[in-house]
Amino acid sequence: MKKLLLLTVFALATAVTYAGGYRVSLQGQRALSMGHTGVAVVNSAELGFFNPSGLVYLENRLNVSVGGFGVFSDVVYQNEQTGDFARTDSPVGTPLYLYASYKITDWLTAGLSVYTPYGSSVDWEQDWAGSHLVNNIELAAIYVQPLVSVKLSPYFSVGGGPIYVTGSVNFNRNLNRTLTDVDGNRSNVTIDATGVSNWGWSASAMFSPTEDLRVGFNYRSEIILEAKDGDATFENIPNSSATPFANTKFDAELPLPAELTVGLSYQFCEKWLFAFDYNMTFWSVYESLDIDFASQVPDSQNARMYEDSSIYRFGLQYDATDMFTLRAGYYFDESPVQAGYFAPETPRNDSNNFTGGLSVNVSEHFAIDASFLYSRFKEVDASYDYYFENGQAVPFSGTYKSSAFTPGLGITYKL
Amino acid sequence: MKNYLKYLPFLALGVISCEPELDNPVDKVGFYSNGETDFSNYVALGNSLTAGYADGALFITGQENSYPNIMAQQFAKVQETQLFTQPLVSDNAGGLLFGGTQITDNRRVLAFTANGPAPAIYTGMQPTTEVTNKLTGPFSNMGVPGAKSFHLLSNTYGATGGVLAGTANPYFVRFASGEGKSILEDAVAQNPTFFSLFIGNNDVLSYATSGGVGVDQTGNLDPSTYGPNDITDPQVFGSVYSTIVNTMVGTGADGALVNLPDVTSIPFFTTIPNNALVLDAATAANLTGFFQAVAGIFAQGAIQQGLDPATAQGLAAQYAIKFNEGPNRFLIDVPVSQTNPLGFRQMTAEELLVLTINRGALAQGYGSVMLTPEVMQVLGILQTGGQPTAEQAQLVLGAVSGIDDKDALDKDELNAISTAQAKYNAVIEALAQANGLAFVDAKATLAQVANGGIPFDAGVVTSTFVQGGAFSLDGVHPTPRGYALVANTIIDAINATYNSTVPKVNIGAYGTVTLSDDVQ
Repeated sequence: MKKLLLLTVFALATAVTYAGGYRVSLQGQRALSMGHTGVAVVNSAELGFFNPSGLVYLENRLNVSVGGFGVFSDVVYQNEQTGDFARTDSPVGTPLYLYASYKITDWLTAGLSVYTPYGSSVDWEQDWAGSHLVNNIELAAIYVQPLVSVKLSPYFSVGGGPIYVTGSVNFNRNLNRTLTDVDGNRSNVTIDATGVSNWGWSASAMFSPTEDLRVGFNYRSEIILEAKDGDATFENIPNSSATPFANTKFDAELPLPAELTVGLSYQFCEKWLFAFDYNMTFWSVYESLDIDFASQVPDSQNARMYEDSSIYRFGLQYDATDMFTLRAGYYFDESPVQAGYFAPETPRNDSNNFTGGLSVNVSEHFAIDASFLYSRFKEVDASYDYYFENGQAVPFSGTYKSSAFTPGLGITYKL
Repeated sequence: MKNYLKYLPFLALGVISCEPELDNPVDKVGFYSNGETDFSNYVALGNSLTAGYADGALFITGQENSYPNIMAQQFAKVQETQLFTQPLVSDNAGGLLFGGTQITDNRRVLAFTANGPAPAIYTGMQPTTEVTNKLTGPFSNMGVPGAKSFHLLSNTYGATGGVLAGTANPYFVRFASGEGKSILEDAVAQNPTFFSLFIGNNDVLSYATSGGVGVDQTGNLDPSTYGPNDITDPQVFGSVYSTIVNTMVGTGADGALVNLPDVTSIPFFTTIPNNALVLDAATAANLTGFFQAVAGIFAQGAIQQGLDPATAQGLAAQYAIKFNEGPNRFLIDVPVSQTNPLGFRQMTAEELLVLTINRGALAQGYGSVMLTPEVMQVLGILQTGGQPTAEQAQLVLGAVSGIDDKDALDKDELNAISTAQAKYNAVIEALAQANGLAFVDAKATLAQVANGGIPFDAGVVTSTFVQGGAFSLDGVHPTPRGYALVANTIIDAINATYNSTVPKVNIGAYGTVTLSDDVQ
């Protein structure tokens, strides 16, 4: 078990994924199968993410959920005026999670959660038409959270805990649309920061007025990743005193926005469970991606002006047999990106998402969970209007379409 | 259920190919139309402009940004095309070697030195393009820097032995399919489905850039007797041009004919104004006084030589040039004649100076007067009513330093250029019409660039030297952005003629001048 835990944490370090903005809604097989609902579902240790206050309601003393996903996500871009065409070749994301809870007394449960709610990995072809905005980006953040869950009454519990985040970012783009060295190689910059850490918290509550109905609330705080003295590496800079781009350090801030979730679950006809979650992600904190370079390299300001965005999630669970539990769900994911701010580093628009999955209860203690997510994006004509050349805004526009398919596999262990 | 579970990995595999697809992808055949023509085998004929020459040299990135290469990339978005091949040189330094000896300069770069930004010869790497290392073609881009219209038909133009003698062209020697082959023969042998022809610029341009030191050969129908800086007889041009067009059309190819922009609107001629003689009030008065002295000395001498005083005074009057505080036009040397016995005059408004004129010398009196202390002494004698000796008078006349013929285009030379160019352009347009080919009015496009500029997504591209964005550091050839503009102009004409929908490029994505401080 210890070995598995170590392995999991190690693998998380390479976690890369996708979502509206750079939110990655892949925090559990059972929840994802049901449209990633879970704030009011008492089912497994996945509550360690969705609603820690519910952990205390789990029947078993020890509950562990471990799993991972394979994210197959790509974006295609074209501009009909010029015939420019590009397709990302993003690596397969493998976000993982680990949740464990241990019931200390009837009213107190402790837990530990490790998960990756934010991340992004987009690889465009080097020097593609939008390379002055991004060539590639890899963003990962690992949340580690000790938890307590306290039952205040048979109907009401609270939970939460501090969050320790460690993140990394690696981002490459060309300096502008035309600058090259004498051999025509495009001048570009890579910023790289690892081990950027900070603290946050989450708090939750669950109310169970009847045996069949639960109402949940969960709030996860905003955490700003402040990269200090990251490495900025400049490549293919012409040997000219007019382009003083020597390798240097940089500071930048990347917000991991707060998220509020409210929802309910209702058990009906004995074997059926319906769940609804509403998420509000407070994206408006992401106004601009500002990179402050040390030395005389001009700073880079990139307006983002994200808006708070909502996600509506619906899930259904059916206990088919003792051995099989089937799940399905749907959610609508609203993009935080305003018109005119569609940057190809997070090329996401509104999406309709369809999920499904099942659990195979191999034994009393052990279950295998599988899920899949199909994200359907509309083709969108979009532009990023806040790139400037010589003080003049030069919009980058075109038609985008994203696709994502995410199968996942995990295990649930209870003792 | 275990039976089903085993399919899960296959489900995951199936997903890997689940790529996003647009409803109307531009990379799908049929999104753009080739209309009534066929771009599958495109061959470009022309001179340095076609080769992608820029910054005074031919180098790889320049070739990659040649307008034919830009067009070929756009053609490839319209239909299946053959790979567009170019006779790439070996490096980005640009100079040519012949038998190991460098025979052309390296490219120019924009260097930032203590004196501010200025074009300079790039010395960051040794040139490695050896002319005698012949390339194996065929090459789709048949543009040969320096070629005049009649060179396309020459069977000695690709002969290695003629390079140093000047009868062959080192750029063509590199990739000619054989020593006795002509450019046109090598083009025809490729069985092109589509061609572009942009030739004739050098038939007037070398005359222009040499300041008109060549001969206007109008009337001489034998191009083998022409010097390198001569103006080609328009009849010769017409005959050669129609041979090229008829031969290419005879292969069944469609094509586009590009007319010739005004050579005198390029930065090579517009950067140094002919009134850059900026004077303060005292110097202007000094100069005016000097030329009054010149007029006086001339009149006196003429009368002494027996000319009647009225005629002498009349002739002398032209030398009493007045200078004002502020900008004044330079003086140029003209042939000595009965009406202009001293052989100089002030430039007129339309006359032009070349970019390569020695600007340091202009500041020292080239284009006006070399005012030495000795000259000043004579002027002093004159001012006090004294009588200079013949020697002293000669000293004054000799101090006049008109601009040499090679550094300026006077109105006669400009006339010769525009007359020939207009005749060439008439030939080009008529042949395009007669053969149903696309006619590309590059003259109009360049005129727009030179007069106000052409807007694009990040500003306006103009013909201002260095900053304007259209012209490279030699003042004659376009930048990549300028070549992209040429490509768009040709694509427009092709689409209009052949009902095709070849997409144009965004010229803002193409660079301008290259920065480097690797200069001497």
